[in-house]
Amino acid sequence: MPAPNTDVTVTIAVNGTSTEHQVEARTLLVHYLREVVGLTGTNIGCDSTSCGACTVLLDGESVKSCTVLAAQADGRSVTTIEGLADGDELHPMQAAFREHHGLQCGYCTPGMVMAAVGLAEERATLDEDDVRKGLEGNLCRCTGYHNIVAAVLAGAAEMAGNR
Amino acid sequence: MIPAAFAYARPDSVEEAIALLAEHGDDAKILAGGHSLLPLMKLRLATPSVLVDVGRLADLSYVRDAGDELAIGGLTRHHDVEQHPLVRQHVPLMSAAAGEVGDPQVRHRGTLGGSLAHGDPASDLPAVVLALRGTMVVRGSAGERVIAADDFFEDFLETALADDEIITEVRLPKTNGAGWSFEKFQRRAQDWAIVGVAAVGGESPGVALVNMGSTPVRADAVEAALRAGASTADAAAAAADGIEPPSDLNASAEFRRHLARVLVGRALATVADTTAGSAR
Repeated sequence: MPAPNTDVTVTIAVNGTSTEHQVEARTLLVHYLREVVGLTGTNIGCDSTSCGACTVLLDGESVKSCTVLAAQADGRSVTTIEGLADGDELHPMQAAFREHHGLQCGYCTPGMVMAAVGLAEERATLDEDDVRKGLEGNLCRCTGYHNIVAAVLAGAAEMAGNR
Repeated sequence: MIPAAFAYARPDSVEEAIALLAEHGDDAKILAGGHSLLPLMKLRLATPSVLVDVGRLADLSYVRDAGDELAIGGLTRHHDVEQHPLVRQHVPLMSAAAGEVGDPQVRHRGTLGGSLAHGDPASDLPAVVLALRGTMVVRGSAGERVIAADDFFEDFLETALADDEIITEVRLPKTNGAGWSFEKFQRRAQDWAIVGVAAVGGESPGVALVNMGSTPVRADAVEAALRAGASTADAAAAAADGIEPPSDLNASAEFRRHLARVLVGRALATVADTTAGSAR
């Protein structure tokens, strides 16, 4: 075990591409993604583990990247909103958000979509109640959630059909 | 918000972690899931100079059948506690309460041992462990010891843990089909409980309260009333007896006392309804 150090070298697979950087140990994963790797799709909202705008998948599970150190993600894989689409073809969950108008200002959307993908990957089937409870960690101040829930149900069904 | 600078270490074993804690004393903090500590560090309310990341110690993440008890590794995440079939079967109160902590993202990171070690009276799981009369197995430089939940929570964010001790395991007595309830009063989804109640029936009923004092508190008067054969309503009426809840922006002390009586009443009714063999 190396001695405690204020700098750490982390190796994190981001959207399937290995990244390796020396960063301050206090670097938060969201800052690593935005400022070091340069992927700014992940938004910082409340910066206090409440709003979920910064949600990414860590080894396939939804986490709030404002409350994870980059050092904690060392050796692991992270999926951000940029990692979902296949070229010009949207991920089924992204397509469902567009189809069902599951966004207005769009600020919460990357986190909302990532939380929804994580939820759909975790559960074989989802009903409306599961979706509402499953998105408890993501706040949207525009939509009133109705269309988001409709989008997630449709996107999850599409994902399940593709499995 | 960015934490103050610190030196980071990721030990490969509990022994290495304890050695680091012993070396750095009060300046070091254990990082498990980080969902209590990192928010405090971002606010600069906590400024440890050394962070000992035990998050990779996979051998402290488990659920095991230990006879009359369930043994849960200190680094078991809330998500895993909630989902584990043994927890659902033998201590359903803990499974349900773990599924109420924060939100899914928080439950993917936060750990049982971390939540208990943080000692926040507004957290759900300390009260659950108190109600269940669980014990904490802790390890430090001086070896291993077992601390009962009643002796563990000492004051606001203060526990019986020494600077160089880590919770390696939480032991919960199996509830053997006894009725149970977890009631959480919150204004919005994902909020902390303004008041919460963890209750379990059986021969030795346990009732503990969330956010009703500087520590999670046992509702002694309710338990005594239940043991004496009081009705559910009479027992619930004693929910705030001898308890000094805080006043804050969310609720006055008086409102908290009211909530405690109402929520304990609901919880005890659910305990009665869910006792194995009773008609629902």
